[in-house]
Amino acid sequence: MSWKIWSLKKSVWVFHVNTGACNNCDIEIVNLLTPRYDVERFGIKLVGSPRHADALLVTGVVTAQAAPRLRELYRQTSKPCVVFAMGACACQTGIFNGAYHVVGPVDKIIREVDPNAIIAYVPGCPPKPEAMISGVVKALSIL
Amino acid sequence: MNQEELNNRLSEIKDKLINIEQTKDSRIFLLCEAENSFAVSKFLFEDLALRFMIATGIDSEDCFEILYHFSNDGTGCVVTVKAFIRDRENPSIESITPFIPAAEWIEREIYDILGIEIKNHPNMRRLILADDWPEGVYPLRKDFKR
Amino acid sequence: MKESVNKPILAVGPFHPLQEEMEYFQLTVDGEIVTDIDVRISYNHRGIERLSETLQYDQIPFLVSRICGICSASHPLAYINAVEEIAGITPPDRALYVRTIINELERIHSHLLWVGLGGHFIGYDTVFMWAWKYREPVLDLLEAITGNRNNYGNVKVGGCREDIPNELIPKILKELDLVEKKTDMLTKAILDDPVLHVRLKGVGTLSKEDAISYAVTGPTARGSGIAIDVRHDDPYAAYADLDWKVITQTEGDVFAKAVVRLLEIFESIKMVRQALKKLPDGPIAVEVKEIPPGEGFGRAEAPRGETFHYIRSDGGNRPVRHKVRAPSYVNVPSFKASCIGQHIADVTLTLAAVDPCYSCTERLAVVDGRKNVVHDYDALLRLSREKTARIKKEIGVPEIKLEDF
Repeated sequence: MSWKIWSLKKSVWVFHVNTGACNNCDIEIVNLLTPRYDVERFGIKLVGSPRHADALLVTGVVTAQAAPRLRELYRQTSKPCVVFAMGACACQTGIFNGAYHVVGPVDKIIREVDPNAIIAYVPGCPPKPEAMISGVVKALSIL
Repeated sequence: MNQEELNNRLSEIKDKLINIEQTKDSRIFLLCEAENSFAVSKFLFEDLALRFMIATGIDSEDCFEILYHFSNDGTGCVVTVKAFIRDRENPSIESITPFIPAAEWIEREIYDILGIEIKNHPNMRRLILADDWPEGVYPLRKDFKR
Repeated sequence: MKESVNKPILAVGPFHPLQEEMEYFQLTVDGEIVTDIDVRISYNHRGIERLSETLQYDQIPFLVSRICGICSASHPLAYINAVEEIAGITPPDRALYVRTIINELERIHSHLLWVGLGGHFIGYDTVFMWAWKYREPVLDLLEAITGNRNNYGNVKVGGCREDIPNELIPKILKELDLVEKKTDMLTKAILDDPVLHVRLKGVGTLSKEDAISYAVTGPTARGSGIAIDVRHDDPYAAYADLDWKVITQTEGDVFAKAVVRLLEIFESIKMVRQALKKLPDGPIAVEVKEIPPGEGFGRAEAPRGETFHYIRSDGGNRPVRHKVRAPSYVNVPSFKASCIGQHIADVTLTLAAVDPCYSCTERLAVVDGRKNVVHDYDALLRLSREKTARIKKEIGVPEIKLEDF
């Protein structure tokens, strides 16, 4: 294991990107920080800039207006960076499949920038906070 | 304002309307041509002090319709001004934003998604569609194909 | 965008750390004072109105509950009200009560969520953690009833999908007692805190006249002294049978809006209790055959204000037009009235005070003012917190009583 991956797996700092979600996944992500789940215990922290982030938590379908911003955000992150597609919309555009303003899903847009990006999927509408934690743990443990 | 007063006051603008339809007590439709919609909306908002809820743009088969929904909160009555725009080639309607600031966004949205020109709108810029959305493509028109 | 090259422009968004959604505000400032504000939405526009025309009446509740995750009970309910109005369907009484209970539970958790975020904005993270902790039991109740913490998918044309099992009622009542006790403690802690009084009063004031011309709804309007509430004015579900009151405040500032929301939590708890007590027996749905041609309106009071749905049917199994007006769509533009003339440090708070929901509004853009000074959201948050600290110093730190915890 390279030292980069080793250090990535400890105290993951995440940046949260909403690309056109209904807010549910986002609220559940913020919920992770609050007393019941409290992932900050493990050093997982929401940060204010993609340049500080080890992982991107992407929610939402990726709308036409959000897609260029998502590409730019991914370019700004330090590599390696894990992209988590949180929720059914981010994984597969979900119920919004085929809508005119939707250009996603997330993996399609990220792969346009970096074909070798590490992308993990957490399905659910919204995924329960436990599912999100479990998804992050699983993804990090197979890196 | 109770229901009876409302009905009486609405008859004051009868000459600007094609018809008044009432599906039930609390649902009133005022049908008018597009050129009268400004005056009718102004009357409802300023003289009757109804609350502006929203406008709906519809692509009907032979014309465009703009529905202005007003609410009389005392009775829960919804008064809808249904304005018909007969010209399908260059559809346009007078903006109501100058006296109802709340209508600014919805009129910009109607322009974005239906391509109906809003005359005298104080701030006509793209609102709801992406920056790179092509000009002249209106997603809520019936002939729109993705 | 305004071509103002000389005036500094402050960009907020589209991505920033706390508000979960994308929106982009461009503030033109003169020193510390905001002189103009512009908003760009579109980030969250998913084209739901068009998509809805391709779905059947039965499928649409699932789509509209995903307009906004926090209003995922009010949007379907407003939609259902519209369809039932067209078809002239009267659902069974029990279904109406179940709808009411779910909507009120949603309001409780949404208002607690807002109180928490509001606290975070002024650097009062204790309130954030408290409020979100006390909100969890409500989500558990919703999960127990509908099977999901959010996006309940519980209403359908003609009734409800899931019933509230009678065995669950004692548990709901017990949890409500707990939520009420904690909210009471939280409310007292907030309303007694001199720092919050000084920090929130007179900030982001929306006058009654502005509130009328911007046609705001919900707690934003009620905080400015306009007593409108769809549950009271055009009762749907079982609201007409319940005893409760519309909470209003007259000041129109952030404090007034906070008070309205906090007191509404108690009204909601009261309503859920009454509804559970009166919960009639019987079926929870009637059979629905066809939706005739016609037009219908549906309104529901979401936690943020009035949700409005318009449906036009041509007699087929899909609507020909489905218009959605979420409460934030009219509440957000009122920033123009409430932010201009304010200090920069107060803007985040004022923006937050209407509880904006951009996924509802269909969203807000990236800055292109490269020549201008650009601050980010962190800077705004820092300014807001510095002001709180300054006020704290000036008036002295309040005593914290341990027995209140």
